[in-house]
Amino acid sequence: MSAIPAEAITAESKADTVGQYDDLVNAGYEHGFVTEIESDTLPPGLDEGVVRAISARKGEPEWMTEWRLAAYRKWLDMPTPTWAAVHYPPIDYQAISYFSAPKKKEGPKSLDEVDPILLETYQKLGIPIEEQKALAGIAVDAVFDSVSVATTFREKLHEAGVIFCSISEAVQEYPELVQKYLGTVVPPTDNFYTGLNSAVFTDGTFVYVPKNTRCPMELSTYFRINTANTGQFERTLIVADEGSYVSYLEGCTAPQRDENQLHAAVVELIALDDAEIKYSTVQNWYPGDEDGKGGIYNFVTKRGDCRGHRSKISWTQVETGSAITWKYPSCILRGDDSVGEFYSVAVTKGRQQADTGTKMIHLGKNTSSTIVSKGISAQHGQQAYRGLVRIAARAEGARNHTQCDSLLIGDKSSAHTFPYIEVKNSSAKMEHEATTSKISDDQLFYCRSRGLSEEDAVSMIVNGFCKEVFNELPMEFAVEAQKLLSISLEGAVG
Amino acid sequence: MLSVKGLKATVGDKEILRGLDLEVGPGEVHAIMGPNGSGKSTFAHVLSGREGYEVTAGSAKLDGTDLFELDPEERARLGLFLAFQYPVELPGVNNMYFLKAALNAIRKSRGEDELDAVSFMRLMKEKLKVLHLDDSLLKRPVNFGFSGGEKKRNEIFQMAMLEPKLAILDETDSGLDIDALRIVADGVNALRSPERSMIVVTHYQRLLDYIEPDYVHVLAKGQIIRSGGKELALELEEKGYGWIVDGEAA
Ligand SMILES: Nc1ncnc2c1ncn2[C@@H]1O[C@H](COP(=O)(O)OP(=O)(O)O)[C@@H](O)[C@H]1O
Ligand SMILES: [Mg+2]
Repeated sequence: MSAIPAEAITAESKADTVGQYDDLVNAGYEHGFVTEIESDTLPPGLDEGVVRAISARKGEPEWMTEWRLAAYRKWLDMPTPTWAAVHYPPIDYQAISYFSAPKKKEGPKSLDEVDPILLETYQKLGIPIEEQKALAGIAVDAVFDSVSVATTFREKLHEAGVIFCSISEAVQEYPELVQKYLGTVVPPTDNFYTGLNSAVFTDGTFVYVPKNTRCPMELSTYFRINTANTGQFERTLIVADEGSYVSYLEGCTAPQRDENQLHAAVVELIALDDAEIKYSTVQNWYPGDEDGKGGIYNFVTKRGDCRGHRSKISWTQVETGSAITWKYPSCILRGDDSVGEFYSVAVTKGRQQADTGTKMIHLGKNTSSTIVSKGISAQHGQQAYRGLVRIAARAEGARNHTQCDSLLIGDKSSAHTFPYIEVKNSSAKMEHEATTSKISDDQLFYCRSRGLSEEDAVSMIVNGFCKEVFNELPMEFAVEAQKLLSISLEGAVG
Repeated sequence: MLSVKGLKATVGDKEILRGLDLEVGPGEVHAIMGPNGSGKSTFAHVLSGREGYEVTAGSAKLDGTDLFELDPEERARLGLFLAFQYPVELPGVNNMYFLKAALNAIRKSRGEDELDAVSFMRLMKEKLKVLHLDDSLLKRPVNFGFSGGEKKRNEIFQMAMLEPKLAILDETDSGLDIDALRIVADGVNALRSPERSMIVVTHYQRLLDYIEPDYVHVLAKGQIIRSGGKELALELEEKGYGWIVDGEAA
């Protein structure tokens, strides 16, 4: 395996030739930075020139630029999906700025060289970039706006041969790996948002775990949207080679905003023979005010490919934020005896809307999948679970267990379940359970009669409802997720 | 300790409590007996602050504090405890975790330190011993999938842990076989103390063979129509409720 440079990521390529966009970029400095840090922002708008400019800014090789342009040209003809049960005004894609990078003369070599204002922002967000947290075994690749600026624990990962870096760096340093796997799970043409992402993605994470290697620590990326009007187009690619194991944690938070912010990430996971990837997300983006104004639009495509035999991919997610969530982490069970899992908690309150679920595509023999979805809806929150389980004709002996529970708080919230099942092989064993329940007055009174406040009672009952999912999260994350759930349901009752 | 005067309460437009008076002194055990539907559970619920009942007249004071001014959790923190006739299931909520949160909420409201995991475990072991219970229920979700007897035992265990000033046991005996009844009654007796008063609500005299009350009251048609010593319970056992209730009505 090639060596990983010890330096942190280069925030801005020096070799850029941006031409006509240079002036506009420079003009952009004066505008709208929440954290007082000099930034490098493209003006709003999208055309081939912008795609080229992004690629040039990042000093990308020709093949990458062409890949983006091909995606862009296809995207132009793609319709926005309308089938999801969410409602929002049309997005003006020409009003979005597609690139924003913290401006730095040179990439920081260590934390000491990272802009102190940035570090302070991370601290405010409670991001464990400092040594204390790092000691807890978490390596952090923090994404500020669109460019990664700091990475820890690279040495230890290096020893194990694990590559954990920004996707931009991977394009430069490991082009053969990126070219081999990028877009092979989620092709640019998959849907409108993946087309857009493929054209303009600015950064994200790349992980490669070599054969027969157990990644020595949980890998963690904290995302943050900071610059007003800058859509975020993260791109994550995780490859677990034969017999390897990796657990990846993704978490995020965003400051209050007036304009709606678009987030259209793409995450691709590839597990080869006997490999296992565990991907955990705690998502807490700004949901908007009481009327839903100003919240994040979260249109994400996450897909894992169990490409090898006996491979396993698990998605675990706790979603409490965003004004609109459109997200279906999925597994393609291609290898024989491969296993796909989806554990999800989604909370909608206020005016939040979520259309989320999963797809389990069984192609290999004796493949099995488990879906546990827990939806919580309070106030005017709207939620739809959409799950597809497809058993292909050649998928002999496939099994699926789906459990889909909804918990309603109050009488204005709603939950809908749309299970789609396609079975083309009669040997398949399918189980589907669905429940809808409410927190009963009896339960609340029982808790309160023992001295617990109504809010503590709700949070306890809700956490109990979500237990099966929290059990799947790494310990530290589970504690955070519980806290987050309690905080997000404050004031949701009554 | 507890002073209830002229209490009237309605559910919807139906008056269920119709002028109820009751005085309970420190350390006293009062039994409230009465036919089904006479308002025993309603009384217990109104005292502990359950929604859905409207208090239309009268007062209830615990150590001088007006209970009707307080939320249910505030009443609990003041030292009121209700052992439910039908304990409620909380799926997924660990019994031990629930109790610890409850106990610490109560301690916190009194300005006491919250118990850490170690002290809490120690206290729990102590109480289990007093009640001759094992710890098999503690790791399970609160009341979820418990048998009738287990639910009632769990209520008594909660009472032991929360150490209330006034405990109301609402038909804790109903649905229990004789062995379960004995376990529960032994528990209650172990928790009797000069500082703790109890109101034992029951339909049958049977429970009072095991928990000997200081006073017995008969509740019928929303009022206490007869009060006496424990011999009143025996009389009720012998003659049924009819003779008092009808006598009163006549
Ligand atoms: N929520 C309610 N709605 C309507 N009627 C009720 C309600 N709760 C109790 N009642 C009525 O009030 C009366 C007293 O009930 P309850 O207090 O449960 O009696 P007990 O516990 O003595 O058997 C009964 O007639 C019962 O039907
Ligand atoms: Mg009753």
